Amino acid sequence: MSAAPVETAAATRQINDDLLRPLLNTSWRFWALVAVLGGGVLMGFCAWLYQLYHGIGVWGIAWPVFWAFGITNFVFWIGISHAGTLISAILRLVDAGWRRPVTRCAEAITAFALMIGAVFPIIHLGRPWLAFWLFPYPSERGIWPNFRSPLAWDFFAINTYLTGSLLFLFLPMIPDFALVRDKTTGWRRRVYGVLSLGWEGTPRQWHRLESAMGIMAVAIIPVAVSVHTIVSFDFSMSPTPMWHSTMFGPYFVAGAIFSGIAALIIAMAALRKFLHLEAYLQPIHFENLGKLLLTMSLLWGYFVFAERLTTWYGNDVAEITVLNVTQRGSFAPLYWTMVVCNLVVPFTILSIGRLRTITGCVIASFGVVVGMWLERFLIIVPSLGHKFLPYSFGEYRPTPVEIMLLVATFCAMMLLYVLFAKLVPIISIWELKAGGYHAIEAARLPETPLANVNL
Amino acid sequence: MPHKWGLAVDLDACTGCGACVTACHAENNIPTVGPDQAARGRAMHWIRIERYWEGEFPDVRLRFRPVMCQQCDNAPCEPVCPTYASHHTEEGLNAQVYNRCIGTRYCANACPYNVRFFEFFNPVWEKPLHLQLNPDVSVREVGVMEKCTFCVQRINAGKIQAKAEARELADGDIKPACAQSCPSKALVFGDASDPDSAVSKLRRSSRGAGLLEDLGTRPNVTYFPRHTEA
Repeated sequence: MSAAPVETAAATRQINDDLLRPLLNTSWRFWALVAVLGGGVLMGFCAWLYQLYHGIGVWGIAWPVFWAFGITNFVFWIGISHAGTLISAILRLVDAGWRRPVTRCAEAITAFALMIGAVFPIIHLGRPWLAFWLFPYPSERGIWPNFRSPLAWDFFAINTYLTGSLLFLFLPMIPDFALVRDKTTGWRRRVYGVLSLGWEGTPRQWHRLESAMGIMAVAIIPVAVSVHTIVSFDFSMSPTPMWHSTMFGPYFVAGAIFSGIAALIIAMAALRKFLHLEAYLQPIHFENLGKLLLTMSLLWGYFVFAERLTTWYGNDVAEITVLNVTQRGSFAPLYWTMVVCNLVVPFTILSIGRLRTITGCVIASFGVVVGMWLERFLIIVPSLGHKFLPYSFGEYRPTPVEIMLLVATFCAMMLLYVLFAKLVPIISIWELKAGGYHAIEAARLPETPLANVNL
Repeated sequence: MPHKWGLAVDLDACTGCGACVTACHAENNIPTVGPDQAARGRAMHWIRIERYWEGEFPDVRLRFRPVMCQQCDNAPCEPVCPTYASHHTEEGLNAQVYNRCIGTRYCANACPYNVRFFEFFNPVWEKPLHLQLNPDVSVREVGVMEKCTFCVQRINAGKIQAKAEARELADGDIKPACAQSCPSKALVFGDASDPDSAVSKLRRSSRGAGLLEDLGTRPNVTYFPRHTEA
């Protein structure tokens, strides 16, 4: 993918100016935003310290609902992390031209959502200071982790995915780091000089970058699929009603991609507005991602329908109890909110071409993010509260500590994203140039070849 | 031949008095959590008396069922533990190694009987309860999972005593706190690998059944359903 010549030097300069501007100019608004989001993260950190001091009893979990918000957040954020893989790796492999301004936004979501998600299996522990026992290191006790446990599988899957997605994020940033190095002076020149790993743009380097990215794009897809399958195994490996299902693997992967696309659309809309990237993130990108979101919405609806129908038809007494409490009982308001958010709203907005605008896509995406969080919650809590023996049924109410941790995850995501967009060109500059079109022209002519998208 | 511990519960004999629950708390250093926490579902009763009402008022019958860890041969709690805190002993017990537990609570979610309990806070014993802690049982700290052990400390003490007296362990030498305290003798504990033990004879009865047996957990607690209508 060596850089194809761009039409004019002026266009190149325009792209550089537009995309490097956020790195070089910082307004008070940026610091205000960082302060607010940092405050949110700090609040979550304090909540966690409070929890460490007193014990995890400050959460609302109780017998028999031993998992709730913590694991919901874990599954939700690992799900969000599937944005980068699908958009970036698959679109790279099929060489979809419209992907170019989108890939880095998506890959960054993957890396940050994974970091946030991976925090929860640790902080939800009763004794988080012993979390390193999941690591297979030779100890004097001679005990290894239990490789039969899905939690041990999680540990390896998430670490693999995090390593892979960080590499996948970093590789295409190298030429852009070199560009920043060449365009700046002072500390920036030094820092980006180190980050660019001595990039000179020789054909040999381009060739190596291209090979490495080709390998990563192929490798990261099975890893991503396996990660959310293994997350689903945390549930489906137990004989708990409505968990013990062979469908959970693909169901979770589909849901993950679904929520990942929604997160990507929201992130792109925010970047477009606040960094003035209207010429780069165009309606066509939202249109295409909106179609993808619609497809995933229907796929998700199909999975839920298949799951619910087989459970209802099977009429196993324990499963039907959980089914009823979700569909008609105390969880019904949340359940039907989920259906509206995940199916009714996206389907209505995105299936009508006139409504598939940027605003429409963003509204649908907000619905999906809320709906998918509820979906994870509704998989976990009703089953645990209604396991087999009616005497041992139980309820769950979240506490302020859990709610603060949930809010802090969203603040952390936004904070990491804001800082990332401040330090790294959020649109891959060299890929944009290599695509052979430039901002000015693309902005003037909406019917560029971009529109002929073939997913 | 290794021992294989089993328990038989005669639901006809159970009066629901709760002596077993109290005895279990005292024997096993199980903390009480106070009324507020108990109302939130943080009470830890390794053995509990489940109460079920049958029929419509006024023709109502009250049924009791003591439920404790079923010490399954095929226990769902064991494979899910990432640190082997929950594991199977040679004598067929589901052991819980408190020091090895990091508190994922996965075992409790996998357990179909909901007989695993979690230390949500560091336990406190109101005076003078702190003076009666059993020195043979570890006191658990915050963040670990715990459950009925079939009073493994009594099992080990019984074996040591028999060895010291240079004799075989006899049926009835070992009694967990619940069985010892049951006034109506509804709980019978013993070695199921000894065909002449009381519990073996009961287990051979066609009347006995395991709780939620159809899940394939192969529990080592046998229930004898009520056959009186009183």
